[in-house]
Amino acid sequence: MKRTKISAALATSALLALAACSGGGKTKGEVDLLNVSYDPTRELYRAIDPGFATEWKAKTGETVNIKMSHGGSGKQSRAVIDGLEADVVTLALAYDIDTIAAKTKKLPADWQARLPDNSAPYYSTIVFLVRKGNPKNIHDWNDLIRPGVQVITPNPKTSGGARWNYLAAWGYGRKTGSSDAAARDYVTKLYNNVPVLDSGARGATTTFVERGIGDVLIAWENEAMLAQQEMGKGQFQIVAPSVSVLAEPPVAVVDGNAKKHGTQAVAKAYLDYLYTPAAQELIAKAHYRPRNAAVAAKYAATFPQIKLLTIDGDFGGWAKAQAQHFADGAIFDTIFAQRRR
Amino acid sequence: MSATPAPAHQRATAESPVARIVLIGVALAFLGLFLLLPLIAVFAEGLQRGIGPFLDAIVEPDALSAIRLTLTVAAISVPLNIVFGIAAAWAITKFDFPGKGLLITLIDLPFSVSPVVAGLMYILLFGSSGWFASVLADQDMQIVFAVPGIVLATIFVTFPFVARELIPLMQEQGRDDEEAALSLGASGWQTFWHVTLPNIRWGLLYGVLLCNARAMGEFGAVSVVSGHIRGETNTMPLHVEILYNEYNFVAAFAVASLLAGLALVTLVLKSVLEWRFDYHRGGTGH
Amino acid sequence: MTATGASLGSTAIEGKLRSPARPYGKKRSIMPGFGITFGFTIFYLCLIVLVPLSAVFVRSAGLGPAHFVDVGFSARAMASYRLSFGAAAAAAAVNSVFGLLIAWVLVRYEFPGRRLVSAMVDLPFALPTAVAGIALTAIYAPNGWLGQYLEPLGMKVAYTPLGVVVALVFVGLPFVVRSVEPVLADLGHDVEEAAASLGAGRVDTFTRVILPAIGPALLTGFALAFARGVGEYGSVIFIAGNMPFVSEVSPLLIVTQLEQYDYAGATAIASVMLVASFALLLVINLIQIWSRKRMAA
Repeated sequence: MKRTKISAALATSALLALAACSGGGKTKGEVDLLNVSYDPTRELYRAIDPGFATEWKAKTGETVNIKMSHGGSGKQSRAVIDGLEADVVTLALAYDIDTIAAKTKKLPADWQARLPDNSAPYYSTIVFLVRKGNPKNIHDWNDLIRPGVQVITPNPKTSGGARWNYLAAWGYGRKTGSSDAAARDYVTKLYNNVPVLDSGARGATTTFVERGIGDVLIAWENEAMLAQQEMGKGQFQIVAPSVSVLAEPPVAVVDGNAKKHGTQAVAKAYLDYLYTPAAQELIAKAHYRPRNAAVAAKYAATFPQIKLLTIDGDFGGWAKAQAQHFADGAIFDTIFAQRRR
Repeated sequence: MSATPAPAHQRATAESPVARIVLIGVALAFLGLFLLLPLIAVFAEGLQRGIGPFLDAIVEPDALSAIRLTLTVAAISVPLNIVFGIAAAWAITKFDFPGKGLLITLIDLPFSVSPVVAGLMYILLFGSSGWFASVLADQDMQIVFAVPGIVLATIFVTFPFVARELIPLMQEQGRDDEEAALSLGASGWQTFWHVTLPNIRWGLLYGVLLCNARAMGEFGAVSVVSGHIRGETNTMPLHVEILYNEYNFVAAFAVASLLAGLALVTLVLKSVLEWRFDYHRGGTGH
Repeated sequence: MTATGASLGSTAIEGKLRSPARPYGKKRSIMPGFGITFGFTIFYLCLIVLVPLSAVFVRSAGLGPAHFVDVGFSARAMASYRLSFGAAAAAAAVNSVFGLLIAWVLVRYEFPGRRLVSAMVDLPFALPTAVAGIALTAIYAPNGWLGQYLEPLGMKVAYTPLGVVVALVFVGLPFVVRSVEPVLADLGHDVEEAAASLGAGRVDTFTRVILPAIGPALLTGFALAFARGVGEYGSVIFIAGNMPFVSEVSPLLIVTQLEQYDYAGATAIASVMLVASFALLLVINLIQIWSRKRMAA
């Protein structure tokens, strides 16, 4: 009696295992393409992927299954380094792809020169999201360090997006005070107004929007627009600061993996497709700023004009920015070590 | 269900009715605050747009593949841990050997290892710069960022449950029954099957259910080794996270409700079975 | 180090307690299956637990002692240990009190819905930690179900260390209830009756008779809840606020190290946590074995 029950249980588990293992299996004329991306591109690639699949099918007769993986940019890059076999990576910052290139040698160090516009088919910037009516009267960076203003931004050590936020703030501080010391002072004051340090950009948005914490969220422009649209229309408004940073989320084929899977051609075509007018249109609709001049002109009204600093021009490139600001014991850490007192 | 009136001599060993009600009240209030409220929150959020979107979220293809993967992983890891749990409990409770305390502690250890570390270990072993990287590359085998890695992480996290449940139970039952059977000429296997197993069946069932519930619900460790490929290496808890990160709160909580519901059903099932077979570990009276 | 010392200690205890009062040593030969079950236990333990964990220690050893101390015991790491271990201890203490109460009520009293309540106690084992974290945050955030009433009273739960404790109370509760319940059920009424007939009051009976008897089980429950709490990540990150030095738990610090591709640093912090938890569990298990034998003798 008990015996039957236990064997029944075992048989059921075995059956379940079998049921789950069946299915899958590729037929000829089909190809899998794994795109490892960061969090905010979910909606973007969901819109773009079918278009590319149709075009590729028409061109080659091959059916392409685009598989997506999303997560924090740093975490995703680490997964690729540790063996997640991405054919293409589309991450939040060039530093994460640089690291993949340096640690795995699966793509050349000069990967960023292989595609136009620093390999970033879309770009964005950092803006503020405030509550309806802008009750704290926030218009520019200097409003964020006023006493009593609570700022929500994620931890730059765990979030790629937050590094852009930090650098934009630093750039403002340096521009107004015209010294690194002034910049540091500004950034210290800014983080003193931060009550919650989420580990990722989407977590920060949820904290601000759903939990009602804070007066202003520093965010990617595309994330701010999406949050405004998805989570309660009319409850939030976007404020464009006087100066911000040119945030370029780059894309690259991971040659080592693509070669192994025999997907080099389709992977390259996939990234090229991102620069086509059709894809650029979807990019603009997903609140990223398009590169294509015609599309950009069409959506010009959507995206405010902001003076944009660049990583290479104003911060000496990612390697330097990383070492100076975000490494262990670097400026960001010392800000919090001081804050403890 | 009503409490039987206590005989006079028992009054000294029972609390006054008022004290009883207060104690029950405090216990229920605590449970309500810390367990029931979060559970209600999950269901309430999942159902806030009604039953339609709730069901849509569950039958959506990515959700279905997540459910399938979760069941597969549980179906592989739970039986392995059952075999281990029985073997370990047998060795520990039926024999004396030095270092037993150490062994029990090692079995407990996965409880105290942070899920983050649990996932990291397997990356250090099977990742592309891990100890076994070259072997795996030669065989063209993928362990982390694929189903085997998820199974390993799940086995690790649920490792102690069955053993932990059986060890105290079998310790308490002692060895007399088995020794009697053996001295009457039963083989070791027969003794286990006809004497030990019936004695421990409820404890075993309980351990299995817990192990299974935890296997289906594990998030942290699995998150590290999964690779998060939609429709392929996302388990249900990871799917919940993805939906949540897409600001799709209704769907996220719908899938979470399904997980919680599965767990509740198994736990209630266990209670019902216990009750039907009239199993009382001590009961209320004697 | 710890392991060897402890294993010696345990041997000594076992040796001393294998007294003539429990003479099963000589009957051992008739019980079959030691080789296979013990062998399989050790094999599986090595495969699933020991070899993978050793990878963590080996990787952190690559740092060299000086650097290991720098990373593993930096001011920020120490602050995170204080929070992780402190909040875990506080939560385990809360759970010891209320877990015992719940176990008592479930074992001793009959009331409508008792079985349902009993089944519910295991919920935290089953609910994914991330879901628990989200749900708790939704409840305790300043605009949440309960948070909106606590906020005016000056009580902040979400995004403070208190939030960490709340999450860990949720995660650890079943460990205490399930450890204490069976022992409480087995505890006969005769001892209590004897105490009562000798004139002891109900409270006296509880503290002098019942508490000592269930002490070891309660301790196990405390230890398991504590150990689980120290390593908890999924539920905590949502509710903690994650401010360095204030509400940043150790597992988050490990993740932070990983984000910088600093595997050695991450494993250094992990090693410190592992050794601390292991030592604690070991001490408690030894106390338990010791007291069990003492009671039996």
